[in-house]
Amino acid sequence: MSIPIPPAGPSTTPGASVALDDKDLEGGLSLWQGAFRRLRRSPTAWCGAVIVALFVVVAAAAPLLTSYQPGSTQWAGDVTTTEIPGPSADHWLGLDRYGSDLWTQLVYGARQSLLYGVISTVLGLAVGATLGALAGGFGAVGGRFGTVVDATIMRLVDIMLAVPSLLLAVSIAAMLGQSGTAVVIAIGAAQVPVFARLLRGSMLAQGKADYVLAANALGLRRSRIVMSHMLPNSMGPTIVQATLNLATAIIEVAALSYLGLGAPDPAIAEWGRMLVAAQDRFDDAARLAILPGVAIAITALGFTLFGEALRESLDPRTRR
Amino acid sequence: MLRFVVRRLLLLVPVLIGLSVLLFAWVRALPGDPARSLLGERATDAGVERINEVYGFDRPLVEQYVSYVGALLRGDFGTSIQTGRPVTESFIDYFPATIELAVTALLFAVVIGVPLGYLAARHQGRWLDTTVVTGSLLGVVTPVFFLAILLKLVFANWLGWLPTGLRQDPRIDATHVTNFYVLDGFLTQEWDAAFNAMAHLVLPAIALGTIPLAIIVRITRAAVADVLNEDYVRTAHAKGLAAATISRRHVLRNALLPVVTTIGLQAGLLLSGAVLTETVFSFNGIGSYLFTAITRRDYPVLQGFILFIALLYCLINLLVDVVYGLIDPRVRAA
Amino acid sequence: MLVGCADSERGEGDDRNTFVFAGSEAPKTLDPFYASDGETFRVTRQLYEGLVGTNPGEVTPAPLLAESWEQSEDGLSYEFELKSGVTFHDGTPFDAEAVCANFDRWYNTPENQQTDDKAYYYGKLFRGFATGPTADAAIYGGCTADAETTATVTLTSPFAGFIAALSLPAFSMQSPTALEEYQDDAADNVLTTDYSTQHPTGTGPFQFGAWDQGSGEVRLERYDDYWGDVAQVDEAIIVQIESPRGRADALRNGEIDGFDLVGPADVAPLQDDGYQIENRDPFNILYLGFNQAQEPFGDIRVRQAIAHAIDKEAVIAASMPEGTLPADQFVPELVMGYANDVTQYEYDPELAEQLLAEAGATGATITFNYPTNISRPYMPQPEDTFNAIRSQLEAVGLVVEPVSNEWNDYIPQVQATEDHGIHLLGWTGDYDDTDNFLGVFFGQQSQEFGFDDPALFEEIAAPRSLPSPEEQEPLYQQVNRDVMDLLPGVPIASPVPSLAFAPEVDGYQTSPVQDEVWNNVTVGE
Repeated sequence: MSIPIPPAGPSTTPGASVALDDKDLEGGLSLWQGAFRRLRRSPTAWCGAVIVALFVVVAAAAPLLTSYQPGSTQWAGDVTTTEIPGPSADHWLGLDRYGSDLWTQLVYGARQSLLYGVISTVLGLAVGATLGALAGGFGAVGGRFGTVVDATIMRLVDIMLAVPSLLLAVSIAAMLGQSGTAVVIAIGAAQVPVFARLLRGSMLAQGKADYVLAANALGLRRSRIVMSHMLPNSMGPTIVQATLNLATAIIEVAALSYLGLGAPDPAIAEWGRMLVAAQDRFDDAARLAILPGVAIAITALGFTLFGEALRESLDPRTRR
Repeated sequence: MLRFVVRRLLLLVPVLIGLSVLLFAWVRALPGDPARSLLGERATDAGVERINEVYGFDRPLVEQYVSYVGALLRGDFGTSIQTGRPVTESFIDYFPATIELAVTALLFAVVIGVPLGYLAARHQGRWLDTTVVTGSLLGVVTPVFFLAILLKLVFANWLGWLPTGLRQDPRIDATHVTNFYVLDGFLTQEWDAAFNAMAHLVLPAIALGTIPLAIIVRITRAAVADVLNEDYVRTAHAKGLAAATISRRHVLRNALLPVVTTIGLQAGLLLSGAVLTETVFSFNGIGSYLFTAITRRDYPVLQGFILFIALLYCLINLLVDVVYGLIDPRVRAA
Repeated sequence: MLVGCADSERGEGDDRNTFVFAGSEAPKTLDPFYASDGETFRVTRQLYEGLVGTNPGEVTPAPLLAESWEQSEDGLSYEFELKSGVTFHDGTPFDAEAVCANFDRWYNTPENQQTDDKAYYYGKLFRGFATGPTADAAIYGGCTADAETTATVTLTSPFAGFIAALSLPAFSMQSPTALEEYQDDAADNVLTTDYSTQHPTGTGPFQFGAWDQGSGEVRLERYDDYWGDVAQVDEAIIVQIESPRGRADALRNGEIDGFDLVGPADVAPLQDDGYQIENRDPFNILYLGFNQAQEPFGDIRVRQAIAHAIDKEAVIAASMPEGTLPADQFVPELVMGYANDVTQYEYDPELAEQLLAEAGATGATITFNYPTNISRPYMPQPEDTFNAIRSQLEAVGLVVEPVSNEWNDYIPQVQATEDHGIHLLGWTGDYDDTDNFLGVFFGQQSQEFGFDDPALFEEIAAPRSLPSPEEQEPLYQQVNRDVMDLLPGVPIASPVPSLAFAPEVDGYQTSPVQDEVWNNVTVGE
């Protein structure tokens, strides 16, 4: 059994997607239909889809999976600096160090991760794609003025890219104070330059395509060429990147929480937070660290598999 | 080539100027108050006022910016509010630790990643390939800090094989010339010092190097597989050339290109990962120092360190492009 | 495996007897006059000594470089009889001239070093310098060298805590010749001068070896001409490891012999593995403060309700080292002025609910501020402390809205804005004096507590003008009683600070005020 693997990981580094920039895309609708057909045949895609679906179901049905409230510290009195109650009939994974039910925390943690991951990626995608589309659109067909717009936006993006992405996210989160919103904005913002560069790249490539030259020659309005032809045809790689970024975003949410930049409630059901709270309690309760860590890894794996299968099905270069 | 490098260096200038402005604005948008940070519980209104006056935190922003830029142009990055030490000096002190860690991590990733990727490509579809591919997937999705915690738990705490917490055993009275402890050990021929420093690097380097390793494995595998499918390799096979010759002459050289690019692109990942890894392992490098500076609102350190890191990061990217050009004649010609 | 090899090499190559100790941060300077933090003092305690020390394991002042002293009738001047035959590490004799040189140096601190991040203790305790905005308030009169071993220090107004204050490491005696040669008190950056980084010179049992600024490691050598018990070890090394967990790891893998600030969760496992845990008598206090400017904390019944709602024993069990005792007032028991008969607020959730109902605050939403990513001696695990108290407050029907900040944002938020509710804060005492606790908390109107009570401020200030601690004591006890009736906050506990050592370490004398000198420490095989 071979699992075909495309040439890049879910890295947020811009170059990871370089391979997609210069490819030759077919017309919008047929492209997506073909991709879907190929996706259905890919075991990688199925694997990813199952994990993602499971994750979404757990997140959505959290209240049905446990009878306790998340972040409830009603058993705080049972936890001491030397002992954390382990699995019992009432708490089948035991308590965590703040006296919450560990199973409840894990289940609601899925909800938190999904929420933070999706919102931050959508945020990053929206801002990044807008910037990228502006730069790419103006750069491709905007003449001299367009070049200036393109250059200005890209210098801004360069500045953001000059700081490694996690550091950028940490910096932004630190500025906004300790809250969930801060984490979401920070991780969204750190994704902006990646999307901007990616979309601009594919739009510039589209700008040189024959049909754009033809449309130009026919005297079609440039805004129309950009909006109804170049943009839809360029979105493929960006959407793939967004799927892959979901995985990165979930890990980075946990990383920021790990560095102490998350919500103000220490007992919040958030995997990264649970991990950091558990790291000095290895000796008596290693499960507190291992379970949330594994949960993060599995979720990230789901999005990565699915994203890569999607990339593969859209990318003619890996189609053989 | 030279023109390309000069152009790229010139493009760096506006980026760095822009970054310096943004950094200046950013540190002042951080919540909190450096004077109170400095005094902690001991802060009194009068004491804070006095510090603001003496250190100039109460001067108008424009004035502060002018003196900040003026000092920057003289190469003066200011002094840390917390420690009173010049920022440049602290950077020079902490920088070698991080570079030593990052280089070790990268070496680990390349030395293991490239051969593994190559083998996987040659055995496509067989168990070796499947194992390598699955392993690399797991490597990519495991958060750095989780891996770091696990490694520490197993190899330092449970098995007690490797030390953590410092860069070198303090009882070894090692001479530090460059502050790259392993290198220092070799230079001064203090073998126990070098060996001990290496032992301290193992766990953090594995933690930091795992994601780059996974990525390098996959890139190498894909690149080699691509080349193997190229017509000229098939032709070579058809011509009856020895497999080893084909590998050497055609496959490796052509597969090298994406691999080199990827290795270069890991720089940012390594610098980001260093913040987390150094935090977990209590490793005194720029990552943990920078994070402490953020939590302590140490303005000059934040401004200076992030500028240094950005400069470094851009230069590495430039270097990657240059190497890329050297390997691929088509790029050089363009 | 790897460590094993390194171990054996070390054993063969180096038979020096070394004591390696880990703190949490690097020292800021090696000139203690410009410092006010424990990590700096940990190092300078080994290098320097003051005129006055403390009795081993206590906070009471005791003779050190001064063998005895006498206070004049008017209480304003002190005659010190000095130990003879003491020399600084550079060979300079320690005599009355040297004492006066130190006192004069402190008084003449240049204006740019007078800030609270540098000459904090002098500014606080001697209230002013020769120059600068505080010159008028200065209480230092002068110093005369009457004989080789007799020095007289004169103050311009009474200061009952003078002798106790001199036990602070900031007022250590430093070699006048070394200061002259290497120190530049007027430097732009006095923390990085030659003296502050490479030439610290005192009379202590260890002398300076090296300070690696990158790793923060300080190496100290035994001073063979020390006047007292010469150090047992050849060398003492102080390293810094930020996290408590990291320090415990380093002790376990044998790279350090001991460390300070043991995490509460590490105490039992370390003991189980045969390591020694030493506890200091606590000289600190953690309290839950009320911001009375914010509703509903202006109402005494709400404050009483919260005091009754808190089960201090449970908070201690959840977040503090074993052996910590609950606190019932704002000073720890060791402090002069501690009162045995303050109003007690027993844990009584029903009474708490009743009081809340009377105040019309049943089910009220309250803001609870606490710091993250920080460990203080009085607050080893703020998140856990917060969580334990929060769950108890929720149990009596209050709705708690958590607000957390990084430590360095937390302090300004709580001390300099009105934007906070109940909050965790505390204090580690510097020396034996109630004013050093209550004066800091309630000595003047503050945004932290949000009340204005001139009568209380007056009551706290009054004992300051008395010339001796004996006369102050009853007044301070009364202040403690009154404060606990006003209930501006709930004292929670005085956590026991723990140190951990390898089994072969012996002779480490702990001190509540960290007056811990390592000359009697031995490291066996």
